[in-house]
Amino acid sequence: MNDNGTVMQTAPYAVTTDTLNLEALIHAVTSTPPDTAVDAVGPGGITSFVGVVRNENAGRRVLRLEYEGYEPLALRAFERIGAETADRWDVRVALHHRLGTLQIGEASVMIAAASPHRADAFAACRYIIERVKQIVPIWKHEFFEGGDVWIEGATADPDDDTARQNAIRVAGE
Amino acid sequence: MSNIRVNVRLFARLKDIVGTGELARGAPLGATARTVWDMLVNEFAELGDYEASISVAINEEYSRMDVAVADGDEIAFLPPVSGG
Repeated sequence: MNDNGTVMQTAPYAVTTDTLNLEALIHAVTSTPPDTAVDAVGPGGITSFVGVVRNENAGRRVLRLEYEGYEPLALRAFERIGAETADRWDVRVALHHRLGTLQIGEASVMIAAASPHRADAFAACRYIIERVKQIVPIWKHEFFEGGDVWIEGATADPDDDTARQNAIRVAGE
Repeated sequence: MSNIRVNVRLFARLKDIVGTGELARGAPLGATARTVWDMLVNEFAELGDYEASISVAINEEYSRMDVAVADGDEIAFLPPVSGG
């Protein structure tokens, strides 16, 4: 608990209407898990990605975004993305996504990756945000000057290997 | 005629089209997720726009439209996602 009596969110994966806190993610990827071998190599670098609400989209002046999600499936998708990432790179990762009404500049998504080596940490962060956009059941309802629109990106299919290979390519090997 | 009942979840614009994010529907024994989707499109024609782009989850796991559904299942239809 902190001074305000609230519990710090230190779970690696979270979907929440609360304001996101990068420190919580960094804590999640650096706190020693109970099964860590005494001689395991610790982190040498932590990378993070913070996605924020932009004031413009497709030529529209954006006023705010309202995020909706299918929470239990979103958490399962986070776990899946985390497992895919750990299969490929030597990292521990955390991924938190915000739901509800967000103003311009507010953080909608935060990712942290800790690795003994920086290349893995950078690649993991990039891979995770690409996969979030591909397979996580969360939607943006954009309110702009003159109207509103649901943003629709990728058809979510976790088994689509072409999409996954694209995310790997963008992340770098 | 209806042998099973399923709980349907809808999100984002699908929810706007139907006017609710949760509804229950009867379906025949042997129904698949597609059977349920086709019933909804029959009832709410605008959903047809999503024929080629929806995903489906059954009981909070991604699934496929040709998978059979059972009494009490939660069937979620998901328009293209836009998180991040």
